[in-house]
Amino acid sequence: MDQPHLIIDHVSMAFDTPKGSFQALDDVHLKINKGEFVSLIGHSGCGKSTVLNIVAGLLEASTGGVVLNGREVREPGPERAVVFQNHSLFPWLTTYQNVELGVKQVFRGRKSRAEMREWIEHNLAMVHMEHALDKRPDEISGGMKQRVGIARALAMQPEVLLMDEPFGALDALTRAHLQDSLMEIHAQLNNTVIMITHDVDEAVLLSDRIVMMTNGPAATIGDVLHVDIERPRDRIALSDDPAYNGYRHDVLEFLYEKQRKVEDLGDRRRAPAASEPPPRVASAG
Amino acid sequence: MLSRFSLSGAELTDKLVSVALPVAGLLVFLLAWNLSAQRIETSLGQFPGPAEVWQQGGNLVEEHRAQREKAAAFYERQEKRNAKKLAENPDYVPRQRRYTGKPTFFDQIGTSLVTVMLGFVLAAAIAVPVGIMIGLSQSLYSAINPLIQLLKPVSPLAWLPLVTMVVSATYVSDDPTVPKSFLNSMITVMLCCIWPTIINTAVGVSGVSQDHVNVSRVLRLGPLTHVFKVVLPSALPMVFTGLRLSLGIAWMVLIAAEMLAQNPGLGKFVWDEFQNGSSNSLGRIMVAVIVIGLIGFLLDRGMLLLQRFLSWDNSAALR
Repeated sequence: MDQPHLIIDHVSMAFDTPKGSFQALDDVHLKINKGEFVSLIGHSGCGKSTVLNIVAGLLEASTGGVVLNGREVREPGPERAVVFQNHSLFPWLTTYQNVELGVKQVFRGRKSRAEMREWIEHNLAMVHMEHALDKRPDEISGGMKQRVGIARALAMQPEVLLMDEPFGALDALTRAHLQDSLMEIHAQLNNTVIMITHDVDEAVLLSDRIVMMTNGPAATIGDVLHVDIERPRDRIALSDDPAYNGYRHDVLEFLYEKQRKVEDLGDRRRAPAASEPPPRVASAG
Repeated sequence: MLSRFSLSGAELTDKLVSVALPVAGLLVFLLAWNLSAQRIETSLGQFPGPAEVWQQGGNLVEEHRAQREKAAAFYERQEKRNAKKLAENPDYVPRQRRYTGKPTFFDQIGTSLVTVMLGFVLAAAIAVPVGIMIGLSQSLYSAINPLIQLLKPVSPLAWLPLVTMVVSATYVSDDPTVPKSFLNSMITVMLCCIWPTIINTAVGVSGVSQDHVNVSRVLRLGPLTHVFKVVLPSALPMVFTGLRLSLGIAWMVLIAAEMLAQNPGLGKFVWDEFQNGSSNSLGRIMVAVIVIGLIGFLLDRGMLLLQRFLSWDNSAALR
């Protein structure tokens, strides 16, 4: 293997708060290969989003840094497209226009008007949203919005797709649909993906590697689990698969035995993302 | 087929109630007005009741018609005279004189509307960009906000003398295209109605969701694209709230400004009638009061329609 695609190089993060410095991350170090699907899992407030935002360039690490294709990341950019938890579509633009905004920005001067139109429609078709091009976000369901959010990110042709709990706010059925779509798309495009999740099943089903983070403050990588299951993966077949259940067990063990979260009131008040749900353990059957 | 148009009992009751209650309110008000008016004796005679005001409204329409007829007659005479002179002498260059009759009540409404719209548009043209700037920059906001808070509550009557003196000093022209009194009231209107739009725009702009800002950063939108594609649409409902408040204030301020500036509008009409002091004056002023209220209401509805047409957030426009 030559130089890795993406390096999160000994990243630490301290936030200045009125009560003094708060050490959120301590020495997070991770190398990710091209086309790899990596999940970040951990309890609420452990700094998963902070890691993602640093890779996105939305936050700047206190020490250490992120290197993509041998170049340091200093600011946000479309080559590291982000899918936000609450879709973040612009409510005043239609589905098509939301995707178009990014496409125009990335492909200006490289694609003709007709090519752009075709590319936008292609990406919306990939997430099965070609029927709602002219709908506004408030006219479509939560799952559809998230699909459009994914299409917007994909349409920028990113090298790395960053997903911050993309399916966290959706119901279980919709979530399963979108997970299947995401696996399809990943098989087709072979993007590098970093996804934050709270869902153990989601992590095992989708990932090549699961990065498990310790509890904050000063959170870091506790353990990395290689998920060695053949693709394409089928959720129903896997529900009886001993290997799959073994991986699930490992993640659960890490979360609930090694890193058991002691919830007290003070903790909850400090956690910036108090609305985050606790890790979800849905039965696979 | 017919069943589609007939209303069920409950629907019919709802409709009746929705019409009957405002009508009942109005009737009670008219009755109370009538009863109390009979008890108020002023130096200009009895305070006008609804009937008297209705009659004066008719008079004002009549006067307007009479003036228009006079004007039409004047132009007709002038045309005939010119045609005659032209027939006698082909080299004659016809002179067109404008009719210089007294402005009627309706002319004065027109002047008031033009003044308020110009003052308001000018205010909006300044307030929205300023609001965007101080909404985007916290330091600019801290620098300017105290000034806004200080100037916001100033009455139009305090501004007017200053505006008058400044306009007199700077607007010097032998043949002014617009009269000074018009400029005075327009600028006063602008100074008084600019603040709500600045404040609401700034609040709307600074309230742009952090997620949307992050999307804009990931897309690497330029500063101008960011403002026009993200900030402005997102702030639009608040901008409109500000504009509606501003227009309401502009209309209120205008009447006071016209009274003092002697700009030929509704304010001057009220003032002239007050100075005139005939037995009809109070009735005519009441007509003006009702018209002022009606126009203010229509201006607000107009803004609401504009907002529904332009803004993506239709839920905000319903209020």
